[in-house]
Amino acid sequence: MLDHSDPRRLKNRTMKKNRASLFQPPAKAPTGIAGLDENLRGGLARGRTTLLAGGPGSGKSLLALQTLVYGARHLNEPGIFVTFEESSQRVIMNASKFGWDLTSLQRKNLFFLDAQPTADLIQSGAFDLDGLLAALTAKVAEMGAKRLVFDAIDVVLSLLGDAKAERREIYKLHEWLLTHELTAIITAKEDANDPGHLGFMQFMVDCAMTLNHDIVQGVSQRNLRVLKYRGSSFEENESPFVIGDQGLEVAGSRFTGESRILASNERVASGVARLDTMLGGGYYRNSSVLITGFPGTAKSTLCGAFAEAACRRGERTLFVTFDSDANEVIRNLASVNIRLQRFIKSGSLFTKSARAINGSAEIHLMRIKKLVREHHVRCLVIDPVSALAKDGNLGTAHSVAERLIDWVKTEGITLVCTSLLDNKNLTEMEGTPLQISTIADTWIHLNYLVCAGERNRGLSIIKSRGTQHSNQVRELVLSEAGVTLADAYMAGGEVLMGTLRWEKERAERQARRAAEVATHLQRIKAENDEAEIKAQIRSLQHDLEVKREERNALEAAAATRSEEMSRDRTLLRGLRKADGSSLKK
Amino acid sequence: MSERPTHKFRLYVAGDSPNSVQAMTNLKVFCRKHLPDQHEIEFVDVIREPRQALSERVFLTPTLIKLSPGPMRRIVGTLKDSGALREILGLPPGLEV
Repeated sequence: MLDHSDPRRLKNRTMKKNRASLFQPPAKAPTGIAGLDENLRGGLARGRTTLLAGGPGSGKSLLALQTLVYGARHLNEPGIFVTFEESSQRVIMNASKFGWDLTSLQRKNLFFLDAQPTADLIQSGAFDLDGLLAALTAKVAEMGAKRLVFDAIDVVLSLLGDAKAERREIYKLHEWLLTHELTAIITAKEDANDPGHLGFMQFMVDCAMTLNHDIVQGVSQRNLRVLKYRGSSFEENESPFVIGDQGLEVAGSRFTGESRILASNERVASGVARLDTMLGGGYYRNSSVLITGFPGTAKSTLCGAFAEAACRRGERTLFVTFDSDANEVIRNLASVNIRLQRFIKSGSLFTKSARAINGSAEIHLMRIKKLVREHHVRCLVIDPVSALAKDGNLGTAHSVAERLIDWVKTEGITLVCTSLLDNKNLTEMEGTPLQISTIADTWIHLNYLVCAGERNRGLSIIKSRGTQHSNQVRELVLSEAGVTLADAYMAGGEVLMGTLRWEKERAERQARRAAEVATHLQRIKAENDEAEIKAQIRSLQHDLEVKREERNALEAAAATRSEEMSRDRTLLRGLRKADGSSLKK
Repeated sequence: MSERPTHKFRLYVAGDSPNSVQAMTNLKVFCRKHLPDQHEIEFVDVIREPRQALSERVFLTPTLIKLSPGPMRRIVGTLKDSGALREILGLPPGLEV
């Protein structure tokens, strides 16, 4: 019995060699689907088999084909796609919308094998898959194939008729795949009535995943779960995925993202100068800002101000609106002097109207990510982010919002988003439907303060991580000139806003004016006095001059008189011929 | 007897695997019994001739292809009951002779 030339013994030996390598951690074969590779910590097990189970239309064939296409195009790993159910033309047609250009790949690196049983097939007695394996052996050698997909294996297994034959053929397939060191995906339909029928395959393979597709309150939700992965860690939670316009997109786990977050000290302007002051210089770059408030509290206006400031700095900005059309938002913002139209024209502002009805939270996240990457966006506005949590999305919206915030950080993007508070949230005034407030870095709350028959907008900063922010409530004032914050006056423990604030301000202005006038008058009076005194000085000086002249004149007259008298005496003596001595006596 | 048409068969086998060996035996026995001197059988071993299996899309072994007379028909399996053979040959399901 144990003939050494027995081919089965030979096979066993090659198998043993392969088994030995099972004790080392498997090398990875990337699928090219970013989120999935994160969840699989690098990719599928290279040279091993992965079982991909799921209901009809869950995306099994697509995921398998996308993996082949990625290997064929980017890793120069030729692949073979064996179809047991659909014709290869159908598979190619279904994939045509993803722009994978299968025809160019088919020339060299991609081969489709139609192995579906023909409709008129007559069966008589037992059979096996040796023919398939023989044909594939030849093809693998010819192409140097490294990847292989058996799509819808359940179809051919059901023909085999009995469980024993099914097992035998599956083990044979698996051994063949291992021997040829092919990175393989076997897809199989999950039977809701018989969940155990894939059990033995799940034990056999090194990696197993399931895909499911549910409709939750009318919204499509797709999820992927890795059940096992021998020798590797993996994301154990369900990961949502969508079928986008370039194929499958899987929401990656946060595993690889965390270390890449860069905490920046740089500040970016909020677009409202006094708000920047309140925040100690503006928002942090790479941070996420949440603005909450009731309808009409000017949440969008603050978003617009941020977007305008970003565009002025020349940073590319994406403005996503959910509840109203982006064009309307742009028009409305122009009424408070936030003019964004010019930045759309200049190509620094991109808008996207994403009404909340057309897709799940996941799909929105994918679309936003795609736009951000396409346009190399640095600042992102989502108004309102709470729209993600519309009906049917409550379960996923929180995780989507959380991943959104994580993701923008790793991308170095500054995010400003709004969250609507409605009557349902009234009881928990300062909580948000998505609990984003706990993960956002800065939380600004806007509300109405009603006082003296008026409704005015109040702004307060509830939290701002890492900043010495102001604790004061300010009044947000919108006008044609723009957005400003006004000081809120305190009077008898009440914050004064609107007209009351204006009256208070006017009273202060008037008092200031009166004081100014009084000072002015006093100065004028002093000047007058001074001038008067100066005039008096001038007049007295004049009198003094006159007196001096008078005195001089008197003195001159006196001198003249004495001179005349002495001259007269000399003249008289001369006339008398008298001598001087007698005259002297 | 020579005016009766010759039946041409092609039987794909996979080496000497049990199913293939059984199919060969069953086919030979059937032909000897029901089509004496009116049959030609071509055996193709998919392990030696994988290209032919590929081009004729034979992946399940053993596979019998009836080439003539009439339209081509296929039977997959060991041919353990002659009913399937009778059906593709258009023979009456009559009693075993």
